[in-house]
Amino acid sequence: MQLTRRDALMMGAGAVAATLIPAGAPRAAPTLDEAIAAFTGGATPGEGGVTITAPEIAENGNTVPIEVDAPGASSIMLLADGNPNPAVCTFHFGPLAGAQMAATRIRLARTQNVLAVARLADGSYGIARREVKVTIGGCGG
Amino acid sequence: MSSIKPRVKVPKSASAGEVITIKTLINHQMESGQRKDSSGNVIPRKIINRFACTFNGQEVISVDIDPAVSANPYFEFQAKIPEAGEFVFTWVDDDGTVYEERKEIAIG
Repeated sequence: MQLTRRDALMMGAGAVAATLIPAGAPRAAPTLDEAIAAFTGGATPGEGGVTITAPEIAENGNTVPIEVDAPGASSIMLLADGNPNPAVCTFHFGPLAGAQMAATRIRLARTQNVLAVARLADGSYGIARREVKVTIGGCGG
Repeated sequence: MSSIKPRVKVPKSASAGEVITIKTLINHQMESGQRKDSSGNVIPRKIINRFACTFNGQEVISVDIDPAVSANPYFEFQAKIPEAGEFVFTWVDDDGTVYEERKEIAIG
């Protein structure tokens, strides 16, 4: 293949565009899979090992009570797959944690799945899902 | 904004080795950074991004918080009490402010 002047210019323009586009694009929130992979270090979590307690129907998405419980876990990440940013919060349990459980109140933009990923005692990861129906969304829209 | 005041519920005493339930709340608007004001400008994010609880310097629980946690973030968890001592609770604001609350617990 012979490299013409036109080819060389096109390649140059392409290279410039390639470097510009990722830098110029707004930094999007990570997707659900990316958020889980960042927590597990790429490992695929197995089902179970963690329990989510949540209402089946939430009247008000601004404050939905959620409880997670994963016996022996060192940390639990809570996610909501229908929110603009799926991450909700991550609990880390220290040596004086009485039980590997925690309860909080979260915002849900619409009806969606709440997920909990736990780093279990043996180093593997467990995941649980629970659908919560939301009557009024919680993102101030 | 009204002054930010943490509230913590810890029993006054416990027996050694007992597991107790702790409830914490701090009044904070937890502005998510997703909302817009009346002229269409995004209201900048301002949340409590971290909460931690220690007992006599040992970690009980810490939480990395994202904007999906409700306003006036509430946490309930359990702690093991090996001896008499003091709980220290800290909340870290996006603006760098750290709110702190301490609670003592006796054995008996």
